[in-house]
Amino acid sequence: MDADKHFIVGIFDDEEVLLKGIGKIRGNGVKIHDVYSPFPVHGIDDALSIKRSRLPIAAFLFGMTGTSLALLMQIWMLGYDWPMIIGGKNHASLPPFIPVTFELTVLLAALGMVGTFFIASDMKPYKWPRQFDLRSTDDKHVMAIDLAINSGKTKDELRSLLRESGASEVNEKSFE
Amino acid sequence: MQVASSLREALITGGKTVKDVSHDISRHVENKPTKLWWAAMAVSVAVMAYGFYCLCYLLWEGVGVWGLNKTVGWAWDITNFVWWVGIGHAGTLISAILLLFRQRWRMSINRAAEAMTIFAVICAATFPFAHMGRLWLGFYWVFPLPNTWGSLWANFNSPLLWDVFAISTYFTVSLVFWYMGLIPDFAVIRDRAVVQGAKIRAQVYNALSFGWQGGAKTWMRYESVALILAGLSTPLVLSVHTIVSMDFATSVIPGWHTTIFPPYFVAGAIFSGFAMVLTLLLITRKVFKLEDYITIYHIELMNIIIIITGSIVGIAYITELFIAWYSGVEYEGYAFYNRVSGPFAWSYWSMMTCNVISPQLFWIKKIRTSLVATFVLSIIVNIGMWFERFVIIVTSLHRDYIPSSWTMFSPTMYDIGEYLFTFGFFFTAFLLFAKFFPVINMAEVKSIVKVSSLEKKENASH
Repeated sequence: MDADKHFIVGIFDDEEVLLKGIGKIRGNGVKIHDVYSPFPVHGIDDALSIKRSRLPIAAFLFGMTGTSLALLMQIWMLGYDWPMIIGGKNHASLPPFIPVTFELTVLLAALGMVGTFFIASDMKPYKWPRQFDLRSTDDKHVMAIDLAINSGKTKDELRSLLRESGASEVNEKSFE
Repeated sequence: MQVASSLREALITGGKTVKDVSHDISRHVENKPTKLWWAAMAVSVAVMAYGFYCLCYLLWEGVGVWGLNKTVGWAWDITNFVWWVGIGHAGTLISAILLLFRQRWRMSINRAAEAMTIFAVICAATFPFAHMGRLWLGFYWVFPLPNTWGSLWANFNSPLLWDVFAISTYFTVSLVFWYMGLIPDFAVIRDRAVVQGAKIRAQVYNALSFGWQGGAKTWMRYESVALILAGLSTPLVLSVHTIVSMDFATSVIPGWHTTIFPPYFVAGAIFSGFAMVLTLLLITRKVFKLEDYITIYHIELMNIIIIITGSIVGIAYITELFIAWYSGVEYEGYAFYNRVSGPFAWSYWSMMTCNVISPQLFWIKKIRTSLVATFVLSIIVNIGMWFERFVIIVTSLHRDYIPSSWTMFSPTMYDIGEYLFTFGFFFTAFLLFAKFFPVINMAEVKSIVKVSSLEKKENASH
């Protein structure tokens, strides 16, 4: 059986039942593909051992790029390329450059981080996602377990494990 | 583990479940627009069309069609600009600063408030561009683009240029923040469209949602993005009106050249922004029957912010007067004497009444929890804040240093027409938003339904 094609899907009604259920299922040595929720469930990253996002680092690096580019641009333009005396100040005096530098730092940090988020999460407008259950954006938490990866357990074992862990419904879902 | 507090007031009433949230908000997008919506749209578009004619005439004939004259080089244009930018500030305050302070009452109102921010900033931006006269050259004047004069670069020492960067960054970051919030909610509408068999709607909202799935890891990254965007927007929003105030404060005009301007402008911006949020939300709540999501408690909290920021603005006005006298600078002293008792004194006292006296009524609980009183006062505050900018700009400019160049200002139909254009645009855009986008952040509200609904509270207190 190919990986990433055939899934057992457990539907959970409540996030607290879900969090306990995740612990129980993983405690039984079952690997969870992903859990789809209509809203962020706090504590789910620990329960699924998801590592902390490195997006803050990306935001910082993009922000620093913005700071550097803004300073370089202003110092080069007004200090070297066409120096002019404005208000009797130095050609390239730092204090009046601070506002634009700040704005460009924020701009690049925000745009860069959001761009990274879309790339990292593989989100694009023309992509139709694989939907395990349409109710995962409405009011249900949907847990997908890849059958090929968990070949140590039979379908029935997985089904009863999901039931015991609090799933209100258990389905199968296959993708081409 | 989330705990329902029996002390805090419920944010969601009416026994709503998570499923109800999807239904109550999405159905406005799915249903055909009402007659009331069409009527409101017709009025807004008509006003916008008339204003657009005035704007085109201005671009054709030149800025001379406005009432500007002699020393009054700025009047309605920059008054309207500062007024609209200020209005935008409440959206970012609600979505960013209240997020950092973990204020959950923000969740029902942030979506509409951020939409208001974006439309208000677009309205604001039309005025500086229009007052350049030759709009098509404007880009060379305000952006550091290579040009055939050297290149002669834009002057980064000028607060007017800082303003260009501040406003454009503010617009872009607010737009991104707002859009990020919309993504999971677009996916809700997409999945409902699949169930309902509306194929085109499903495709459109899937594209808008960037194929959102809502996996655990994506949610974690998403929350991290939201938190950092809030962290970036917080100093950004404070910088925007600070820099707008520097357009005045770094000049040498009496009445403008004061260090109090940045905090005074920021407080005034939040003050007027909350008033506009209230005006819009009171209507939206009624038309879309969202009383269970935007409760009296939400309105009361916003009114409390209006008392605080209104009082800060009041203190700033009094400080200005005191310093004008105490500094002993006769030019400054005259500028304020002229504001209080000169030919534009009526606008000064309108400002004082609307901004300083009227919000103090909100100390009375009955008034701040009354919908009618809140609606009326929210409009009075916005009128007052418009007069504040008019007073600052026109009364300082119409009395020059030489009495022979003293003049008065009165608007022409083109001044008024362009102001109407921004109103038409603002309401057209807001109506389109209210019809096609979910007006309340469903994902965020769903996350508090369990702990903050009235029924849970009642159970917890037993």
